[in-house]
Amino acid sequence: MTLENDKLIIAGREFSSRLMVGTGKYASFQQMAQALEVSGAEIITVAVRRVNISDRSKESLLDYINPKRYTLLPNTAGCYTADDAVRTCRLAREAGLSDFVKLEVLGDEKTLFPDNEELLKAAKILVKEGFTVLPYTSDDVIMCRKLEDIGCAAVMPLGAPIGSGLGIRNPYNIRIILETVKVPVIVDAGVGSASDAAIAMELGCDGVLMNTAIAGAQDPIAMARAMKLAIIAGRLSYKAGRIPKKLYANASSPMEGLLA
Amino acid sequence: MRIIVNGEPSEIRDNSSVADLLDGLRIGRERVAVEVNLDIVPKARYDDHLLSEGDKIEIVHFVGGG
Repeated sequence: MTLENDKLIIAGREFSSRLMVGTGKYASFQQMAQALEVSGAEIITVAVRRVNISDRSKESLLDYINPKRYTLLPNTAGCYTADDAVRTCRLAREAGLSDFVKLEVLGDEKTLFPDNEELLKAAKILVKEGFTVLPYTSDDVIMCRKLEDIGCAAVMPLGAPIGSGLGIRNPYNIRIILETVKVPVIVDAGVGSASDAAIAMELGCDGVLMNTAIAGAQDPIAMARAMKLAIIAGRLSYKAGRIPKKLYANASSPMEGLLA
Repeated sequence: MRIIVNGEPSEIRDNSSVADLLDGLRIGRERVAVEVNLDIVPKARYDDHLLSEGDKIEIVHFVGGG
């Protein structure tokens, strides 16, 4: 079995890589560009912020990103109300000329957990305005179903708090979400290591989005490669169909022909 | 006339357009989005959208994020 024709399809667009990566927190733009390259990611997230008008000498992120190679997924990080998130998405569409947005509406600075009430409000408006909405949400089945019902192109439940590296804290919820919605399920946030990413993929998730796990690693380039391999390994493992778990042993070698 | 750009008070000559403002700040129009008094100005209208005294302008672009 290969993954050659195993495409991730979001709103009719095909992607070969199931790993999506962020562009924040790198030591330099060069390091970020190299990590993106090595990760094999095709979708990368960016944030929308004011241009620094007093110091124009600074380099721009987009000098290091080939727009033909990557699909930019602007986020609404830092937005705490539906109004702010919608405003940010409209600006992102104008700046990037794409309808794809990673919608996040945060409820609390300490946990960065989503404010699902505001999230739903914002998602409704954005879907109506023609955006392709990929919402960052809690690992809540009912919420994911509601987001799908109003027309979101995917759902992106968190594995654990943003930047925490705690991994997939509630794999059972993720499984129920996978059984409940038809749109792609992408674990967004919480992944710390390659095994976390593989676990998400083995559960049957359609993809994983991460930033800190790569950018914050001691060697981000090596971690980008580890994540790429973990996503592929996890996907293959899921597709291959694992053995059932059993409590007792089951010998791998035949009993016949044993020495007397 | 006085305008506010990204929260900072600025001076610009009368009848300046959004394009004039961006040129003056040496900001390429391809990679930014501009809002004047909370309304987005489409790129195609940068040349003919004239600014007025007291306008609040936001110029945003993409930065690294997760």
